[in-house]
Amino acid sequence: MSKEHVDMNVPVIEMRDIVKKFGDFVANDGINLTVHKGEIHAILGENGAGKSTLMNQLYGLLKPTSGEILVNGKKIEMNNPRDAIDAGIGMVHQHFMLVQPFTVTENIVLGTEPVKGLKLDMATARKNVVEISERYGLSIDPDAKIEDISVGMQQRVEILKALYRGADILILDEPTSSLTPQEIVELIQIMHNLTADGKSIILITHKLKEIKESADFCTIIRMGKYIGTVDVDTVDENDLASMMVGRKVTFKVDKPEQAPGPVVLDVKDLHGVDYRGVEILKGLNLQVHAGEIVGIAGIDGNGQTELVEILTGLRKGTKGECTVNGVSIFNKSPSFGFNHGVSSIPADRQKHGLVLDFSIEDNLILQNYEESPFAKKGILQRDPIFAHASESIETYDIRPRQSEKRAAGTLSGGNQQKVIIAREVQNDKDLLIAVNPTRGLDVGAIEYVHKYIVEQRNKGKAVLLVSFELDEIMSLSDVIDVIFDGQIVSSIPGKDANENDLGLMMAGGKTA
Amino acid sequence: MTKKKSFLDVLSTSTFLHILFSIFLGFLVGALFLVVMGLSVGEAYGRLINSVTSLKGFSYVVVYSVPYIVAGLSVAFSFKTGVFNIGAEGQFVVGSMAAAVVGILCPNIPKPLLIPLCFLAAMAAGALWGIIVGFLKTKWGINEVLSMIMFNWIAFYLSNFIAGIPAIKNEGSAEATKNISANASMLFSKSFIKSAGLCPTANWGILVAIVVMLIVWFIIEKTTLGYELKAVGSNKFAAEYGGINVNRSILTALAISGALAGLAGALQLMGMGSRISIFSSQEGFGFAGIVVALIGVSNPFGVLIAGLFYGALMYGGSKLNLVGAPTQLINVIVGTVVFFIAISVIFKNIFRRRARSPRSIERQAEKEADKK
Repeated sequence: MSKEHVDMNVPVIEMRDIVKKFGDFVANDGINLTVHKGEIHAILGENGAGKSTLMNQLYGLLKPTSGEILVNGKKIEMNNPRDAIDAGIGMVHQHFMLVQPFTVTENIVLGTEPVKGLKLDMATARKNVVEISERYGLSIDPDAKIEDISVGMQQRVEILKALYRGADILILDEPTSSLTPQEIVELIQIMHNLTADGKSIILITHKLKEIKESADFCTIIRMGKYIGTVDVDTVDENDLASMMVGRKVTFKVDKPEQAPGPVVLDVKDLHGVDYRGVEILKGLNLQVHAGEIVGIAGIDGNGQTELVEILTGLRKGTKGECTVNGVSIFNKSPSFGFNHGVSSIPADRQKHGLVLDFSIEDNLILQNYEESPFAKKGILQRDPIFAHASESIETYDIRPRQSEKRAAGTLSGGNQQKVIIAREVQNDKDLLIAVNPTRGLDVGAIEYVHKYIVEQRNKGKAVLLVSFELDEIMSLSDVIDVIFDGQIVSSIPGKDANENDLGLMMAGGKTA
Repeated sequence: MTKKKSFLDVLSTSTFLHILFSIFLGFLVGALFLVVMGLSVGEAYGRLINSVTSLKGFSYVVVYSVPYIVAGLSVAFSFKTGVFNIGAEGQFVVGSMAAAVVGILCPNIPKPLLIPLCFLAAMAAGALWGIIVGFLKTKWGINEVLSMIMFNWIAFYLSNFIAGIPAIKNEGSAEATKNISANASMLFSKSFIKSAGLCPTANWGILVAIVVMLIVWFIIEKTTLGYELKAVGSNKFAAEYGGINVNRSILTALAISGALAGLAGALQLMGMGSRISIFSSQEGFGFAGIVVALIGVSNPFGVLIAGLFYGALMYGGSKLNLVGAPTQLINVIVGTVVFFIAISVIFKNIFRRRARSPRSIERQAEKEADKK
């Protein structure tokens, strides 16, 4: 990546030897960070490495225990976000802070509304908003309500909010975690527009690919320690990954050649409607064989959500047939599917996957709490339940350890996902349906999840993988089925796939 | 991490202390009212304490508290399983009336058989009242709180109607049912009451309440049924995904909760009342159950203690007029206590956020550093 827009002589942010302690716990241990004018600087680290703590100090939410922060060469003490905003720092949080029933314009000017006499001057506000959005290529509809616009546009609104307040340095916290691949491409373009105009961006992420595609420099933090700052052009994703987790990370999943067995899941001419009652599945056909991973690639909204909901018994289809090992599971209850060979890793882990108030041990028996050895004559057997949890925590590397009795809601997202995977994999059903199984997880956790999914396939199970991460689909699938407009439009062997062709097919461009 | 916690931190983490604190605030507000009315706080509260600490007084407290405990268990059970049984009032009334009908119409059945029979009738009636509401909810999505409140009134008028049927109605002039058969009464023998110096209505009800408490605890904590109901209560989506039949669980939870409220009605009748008056207004035992469940934080043992506390206030409160204080003072105290417990969620969140806020973590870290 060319660095012509980076002015290496003008450091806008310097954080020197930052130490942040919470009691005995050292969250940041001597971290250095220098960001120049016009630079995109990525901060890379696993979940819990201390990235957010560092940024919260830069944004005035936390005070460093020791070390100093310089903005535009001047030492600054920040007591609250107001000070940071005054210093020209803006932050876009991972979870947006927008007022849902307000319009885009109202959200952007909130707190700094232009006034005419005693009245809000919304016409001027709208004009200003349109002006900035055009200047940086952030396309938005200034009059739309937040609740009606896509996640991608909400994020642009957040960025505009910061720019409207005069930010020259933008902190983006995991900005791509809820975006579709297309929206990610757009976001990266926006980031380049901003740096071309002299803004600087700090990008907090654990996605290596995005760092390679967008950042100039990358600072790596591991367990609170400063590992180093690298010029992104001189390293590859493998280097970044091993610096981040402190060991060699294998992206290639070890997947031996294996002839598929008989058909396990057979979906024929499936029709179904979405929540509005509009037909979204229009005669979908799909087969998954034993010992095979079939990946569903497609742009969100082409019917994959409804397909999975019908297969897991949460939604009724309008027509068609789905069988597992020859038994129809079409329009049956979730427990019927479970009892006839279906286990699944749901897309929304907190809503469908876990009872967050329940302990880990109780979550691990969600489908078999009535079965021996976990229950006898309707009485729960605490010892086997506990032993089962201890074993799962060990085998599936659920952290922290000794957490059998802890509420699932207190775990990090990655570890919550491991609890679900431990449960679903141990159910040992013939068909595993995995929906976005690595969403929001860091590289280390992703590696584990992929390992377990492939292990199921190697054991001769059928796996249906639905994911918006094309890389994940391509590296895991034996067969890739492309879904478009409620149908599978093409089915290609996983090893022959490449991103460009898939992208075209997903957009309905061509069928192989 | 930190060893020494601030008062607020402790309050936000210890439910028990939080409740004690709420009770303290309740009495404080009560004291303010006494002062405003120009009465002696010491005298009024002294009277309250004295009246419940003698053996006879305490036996009154226990007798008073039995229906509150069991109604409280009913509501607590519903809280644990994610439904809000505001219909305990109606279930209490139909349970009480069902036990009365059996107790009046079958006087010749021997005591060891008639008492359980009355219990069963009461529980069946209460469960039915709960199931109808559950059915309306699961079948047509009718909000259970609304239908429960209506069913409370249906129970109220139904009870008055049955109390007026000739076979049930008192032959005398009293606007009430006949007395239930002595075989359905749970009172201790007269001679025992006299020799032990207990109140005249001392009865076996408290033992039943304790057994019910143990059963409720066992169901919630130890059985697959409790697991299922709690799972549906805290996340019905995950429960459904995991294969639990959500509608059946809601019906089961409401049936059990209703049966408990019905049983509370039977215990009140067979322990204290012996007959049911024609109501002019709702008696409020079921609503009191909500209060007791709240004070007992839906923990079965907590509900037992809270029920005794509530019973003590009700009995002791009736003696307040002896010192010239209005008995309504007790309602002020109870209301205040419930108010502070009910806002505990807000309370706790505020304190917890404070305790976790960057500034507070900072302060703690600084304190730590100072100590070293």
